[in-house]
Amino acid sequence: MTPGYPHAVPPALAVRNLAKRFGSVEALKGVDLEVGEGELVGLLGPNGAGKSTLVKIAVGLVRQSAGTAEVAGARAGSLRARASLGYLAELFRFPGWYTADEVLDLHQRLAGSRGGAAERKRLLELVALDEAADRRVDGMSKGMQQRLGVAQALVGEPRVLLLDEPTSALDPVGRRTVRLLLEDLRGRGVAVLLNSHLLSEIELVCDRVAILLGGEVVAAGTPSELSRPKGVRIETDEGAHVVGGATREDAPRLVAEAVAAGRQVYGVHVLTSTLEDVYLEAVGGETD
Amino acid sequence: MSSVAVIVEYGLREAVRRKVFAVVLLLTALFLVLFWLANHFVFGDLKDITPPEGVNVDTRTFAGAFLTGLAMFATMFLGVVLAVFLTLGAVSGDAERGLLQPLVVRPIGRSTLLLSRFLGASGVCVAYVLVVYFAALGITRATGHWSPSRIVWPGLELAFGVVIVIALSLLGSTVLSATANGIAIFMLFGAGLVAGLLGTIGHALNSQSIKHASTIASWLLPFEAMYQDALRMMTESTSGLTGFLLQLGPFGGAYVHGWPIRVWAVVYLAGVLALAVFAFSRRNL
Repeated sequence: MTPGYPHAVPPALAVRNLAKRFGSVEALKGVDLEVGEGELVGLLGPNGAGKSTLVKIAVGLVRQSAGTAEVAGARAGSLRARASLGYLAELFRFPGWYTADEVLDLHQRLAGSRGGAAERKRLLELVALDEAADRRVDGMSKGMQQRLGVAQALVGEPRVLLLDEPTSALDPVGRRTVRLLLEDLRGRGVAVLLNSHLLSEIELVCDRVAILLGGEVVAAGTPSELSRPKGVRIETDEGAHVVGGATREDAPRLVAEAVAAGRQVYGVHVLTSTLEDVYLEAVGGETD
Repeated sequence: MSSVAVIVEYGLREAVRRKVFAVVLLLTALFLVLFWLANHFVFGDLKDITPPEGVNVDTRTFAGAFLTGLAMFATMFLGVVLAVFLTLGAVSGDAERGLLQPLVVRPIGRSTLLLSRFLGASGVCVAYVLVVYFAALGITRATGHWSPSRIVWPGLELAFGVVIVIALSLLGSTVLSATANGIAIFMLFGAGLVAGLLGTIGHALNSQSIKHASTIASWLLPFEAMYQDALRMMTESTSGLTGFLLQLGPFGGAYVHGWPIRVWAVVYLAGVLALAVFAFSRRNL
């Protein structure tokens, strides 16, 4: 048992009471968050909520003012922590004169990966760039560069993946490619912290969600834990109507009552709040 | 060690891509052609120049030393241009463009990254300065049949002066944007040169305050002291009126020289690099 951790293995990512101050601005005010092995956690919040700051502290780009951040049990920013992670920044650029293959080769050498050409080929296939291996970065679309960024983050088979808006420039097909990739990574035990504005994407792939507002976690849990019952919708020969406040447990009784009243029942839907509802409620309708 | 090689290669490829080498090589070729022309005409006209009777000036030595001093200034300047353009955006510039973050999160260490950029730029600039320096000496020797008192050591000091500028530029890049850093380093370089010239004037006029100011500048900006010391060694065996006249000129040489300033220059370089590494390690990206 590792001292300080309730698990045999330390969490892939653990931040405790994390605070960051930039001059008079408090970007983070004591955030606690853990991402376990094989877990996919989504980070939500409006611009300026502190999401990118949290991720940057975890990868060692920014120093925290207080609290701790650990990656695979090592202090965030240390060489051991950095050897365990893959990272895609929100705003990044690769040298325009490198080809896609050369970008991955550069990162393989820096990460100490022994995957060689086989790993590069596999990663480019994963992000559907295998046809563009020899294309220079400055000849790629923004979406292609973002997919190359995802491939770069996967160099060396990291245990922890931190992705800051990885699909912001992708079309629906590209987003689906990344989503399937994330699900595959989760299956292989990789921990992922996904920072995204795309609520539907987070809802589709994440095991847990944390909503940040003003540098604090204002809501956290699984998507189902965060959602609330919004009633039961019954479709009968008289039309559809919603029984507000009803839950899943009320559905059989409501159907029986409708049938007893001589109605033909065509459908029953248990309504719950979407992640978007939860998000808007948590941030109080605050927009960017 | 392999990370160092990767970052050195990365920095050099960036320089090639940004046409830094192309611009510097073009300027260098232009300078060497002009320098050859200057030597050709100056030494060609020497036979027609006769000092006044009783004035014992070795015109060939005077012309050779003056032209070589000019070449050393140009070599230093071109070396500094190359040094600044190789390093001015190494931290802030690359961070602003989003190029640095993907590299910094790799398990190589910020100090390794910065020192690798230093090594890469230093290797290129030292090689460049030495090639241009020896090419200039070769031109003067071939056209004017004149060589300085010491040949190798002044070239090494000149190259070391440029290495100090590289360290200053890297330090500046940890806190200043690329443009601001470039301007700051060129102004620092200009200030050093002006201080050196003032020192020459101060000695000619025997002004203690000017000499004092120039001495302080040499210790504060030792790349200038290295350049001045290199100039001094070119003509250290030239004596008499010829030597006196050379000392009065703009390429007259150092009044702060010898091992104390050389040792200080090494300590200064180490200090600037340590400060750059420290500033980079504290820098939020």
